Amino acid sequence: MAFYFVQFLTGLASAASLFLVASGLSIIFGVTRIVNFAHGAFYMLGAYVAFSLTERLSGPLGFWGGIVVAALAVAVIGVLVEIVLLRRIYHAPELFQLLGTFGLTLMVEDLVVLIWGPDDLVGRRAPGFKGAVDFFGQNIPSYDLFLIALGPIVLGALWLLFQRTRWGILVRAATQDRDMVAALGVNQKWLFTSVFAVGVFLAALGGALQIPRDAVHHAMDLRIIVEVFVVVVIGGLGSILGAFVAAVLVSELNAFGILIFPTISLILVFLVMAVVLVVRPWGLFGRKEAPARRTPGLTVIPWRPLSSVERLASLVALAFAAMLPFVAGNYALTVGSEIAIFVIFAASLHFLMAVGGLASFGHAAYFGLGAYGVAFLAKMAGLPMIACLLLGPLLGAAGAAVFGAFAVQLSGVYFAMLTLAFAQIVWSIAFQWVAVTGGDNGILGLWPEKWAASPSHFYWLALGVSAFVVSVLRLITFSPFGYALRGMRDSPLRSESIGINGKRIQWTAFIIAGTTAGIGGALFAYLKGSVFPDNMGISLSVDALVMVLLGGVETVPGAIFGAIVYKALNIWLVSQTDWSKLVLGIFIVLIVVVFPKGIVGVVESIMHRRRAVAPKAAALSAKMEGAQ
Amino acid sequence: MSLGVSLLSVEGLSKSYGGIQAVRNVSFMLQAGEILALIGPNGAGKSTCFDMLNGQNVPDSGRITVMGQETTGRKPREVWRLGVGRTFQITATYPTMTVRENIQVALVSHHHRLFDFWTPMISIERGEADRLLDLVGMAGYAERPCGELAYGDLKRLELAIALANQPKLLLMDEPTAGMAPRERVELMRLTAKIAREQSIGVLFTEHDMDVVFEHADRILVLNRGSLIAQGSPAEVRANREVQAIYLGEGLLYDARHREGAPA
Repeated sequence: MAFYFVQFLTGLASAASLFLVASGLSIIFGVTRIVNFAHGAFYMLGAYVAFSLTERLSGPLGFWGGIVVAALAVAVIGVLVEIVLLRRIYHAPELFQLLGTFGLTLMVEDLVVLIWGPDDLVGRRAPGFKGAVDFFGQNIPSYDLFLIALGPIVLGALWLLFQRTRWGILVRAATQDRDMVAALGVNQKWLFTSVFAVGVFLAALGGALQIPRDAVHHAMDLRIIVEVFVVVVIGGLGSILGAFVAAVLVSELNAFGILIFPTISLILVFLVMAVVLVVRPWGLFGRKEAPARRTPGLTVIPWRPLSSVERLASLVALAFAAMLPFVAGNYALTVGSEIAIFVIFAASLHFLMAVGGLASFGHAAYFGLGAYGVAFLAKMAGLPMIACLLLGPLLGAAGAAVFGAFAVQLSGVYFAMLTLAFAQIVWSIAFQWVAVTGGDNGILGLWPEKWAASPSHFYWLALGVSAFVVSVLRLITFSPFGYALRGMRDSPLRSESIGINGKRIQWTAFIIAGTTAGIGGALFAYLKGSVFPDNMGISLSVDALVMVLLGGVETVPGAIFGAIVYKALNIWLVSQTDWSKLVLGIFIVLIVVVFPKGIVGVVESIMHRRRAVAPKAAALSAKMEGAQ
Repeated sequence: MSLGVSLLSVEGLSKSYGGIQAVRNVSFMLQAGEILALIGPNGAGKSTCFDMLNGQNVPDSGRITVMGQETTGRKPREVWRLGVGRTFQITATYPTMTVRENIQVALVSHHHRLFDFWTPMISIERGEADRLLDLVGMAGYAERPCGELAYGDLKRLELAIALANQPKLLLMDEPTAGMAPRERVELMRLTAKIAREQSIGVLFTEHDMDVVFEHADRILVLNRGSLIAQGSPAEVRANREVQAIYLGEGLLYDARHREGAPA
């Protein structure tokens, strides 16, 4: 019994940091409507800075002072980020805000390695809380007791801040209606900046307080941000009390989940999240989402199917691509196969994002499931390669069917957070369930059969499948189903009032996208000869997002160009620099701020402008003739 | 014309939000080919009433029957399938599609072809879409991006979309709101003409009394959630209570007096 009680207390202690970070995210979202993906990065920075300060400063004052100064210092960095980056993207579509702050996360990940090195750092124990309390033969670290008390104290302090101060009232007013607050003469810029500073301070404090408990390392940002997303989805974005309750719930589920399912402890959290989403889609303490802000899009050029000339040009381009094996060596062919596979992956996400308006932040889950599907079938069932390639993607389809059913209940940032959390769950199953998936060691020895073994044959296979998948997705885009899906993106109200069951349409689209991603993953498994948990990791999901964005999210062929350019750049970059994340992060931020239409978007709008000039001139001369 | 069974029948409809009774015990009927106006001051409960008829809002009590089928509490898309078209106070269309495509989507839904993954949309129901566009006087607009349309044209497009499932009943929430005076008259004349030709019942809410008195066969007057009068335009115009609500009690407004009075 005492053991379970101690386990319960451990859960409560873990909840403190989680609550600090989640409440910061919630406060920032409430006012600025930005889901700050970089919140995990600020948490990590808080831990690193606190580590350095507490190492240098001595005595209890040095330690506790170091923690607070670290959080303040990171808050100042947060202010700089807000002024330089976020102010430029407050009016951008949600997707761009999520991606911009994700780019920031990537940069911070490399920067901390540059500054503090790649090794785990173990911090000092907290002065005054070094010992443990004995509880019926079980030891409870006294620092845990400190954290357990801290959670409610911070909750109370935040409550006082928001109820009793002028600033707090302004923040609450802005959370309800920020335009009204601006109309009343409040300096909105500085209100936003100060809110961001407070949110970042809380995240950094959460990180700094972890150093006596946990080693500081450069991957702690992603772990916390996924947990925080789960917390705010359960608790409700924008609610501080919700963040507290959900942080306790998630931490306890983790603490006891390890006892019940030691290998797949995240399953328990996932099940609870699924139940909450079914019962209250906007979280336990959240309010029903206001209708999503209309982001009028960057361009309004209606899509149209390819003209016969364009179709011919695509076939010629494909024929040229098919001739690569006659001029290039094996390395170039392997790169070519990889690019063809990533065209499939990007096109599948593009279908969901551009046609469906559903920005999935965890699309790699279905790519990876396709790859594992192939590995299971080939290694355990011993099926031939053709059968594996045909059946493997069905695992991606199955995953998409299950997760998609929940995800399409939500939209906008909730959809993005949920898909990310799902992907992380799939990843952790692959990582933890060693008996089946091989864990971190993956599944090796998946080589193509003889007919596809040579680089040129495999390249033709990948190119052919890629062309087929892209054509099918394009066909669907211009079919009645594609229009119904776009209709849900443009106006759910209109769709419902002309008899369209929008959720069913979106769910079907999610399964289509998951299946096609799985096809990409299946080929990828054979290309690499192995599968690893990283085949479904967050960074792969983000690669896909960047490809779509780079090509142009509001165009039909954007994903193809985005995938080719990005993958080629990426392969080249990795061979050139050790700091690819840093460069990639800068690259993402630049796309979001200065180049949001993407390559194809820019080309299309130039061509559209040219086309538009001609008919207008004709119409004008016709009008003048009519007048005469 | 009337077959005896009313197109729409509403019995004892009520809805309250917290302590506020937005709609109380409203009952009325609508016959095929009839144009019925629902009027009342702001906050009278018109929109709440409307949303309950359409299925966007669930009534606390009461019964709604469309062509003999009870629709109380059904989803908007199910109500639409029974042959009820709807236009919105603030237009809801697909801005990234062309005008014709907007109508094609409705037609495809009407013909249960939403899960057709292969046929190019460009060839589906094109003639029917153009016929509907012609009907609302937008024949030349088919290829225009919907996002570029002027507001009055969007309202006409909404009417064309609402006619796509060959409705027996049209629900129009402030069809002329935000339009120029001449456009208002034109749109309502057009609606009335289509309704009479195809014997469609029309229920609309409206603030412009010129529009109401010119086109409505009958008028329902709602005040503070209750139906206080109904009848022909002449009857409603003569109703003391209606006059009191719209013009204020005591001082009866008379334009002729004011013209003579010093400014």
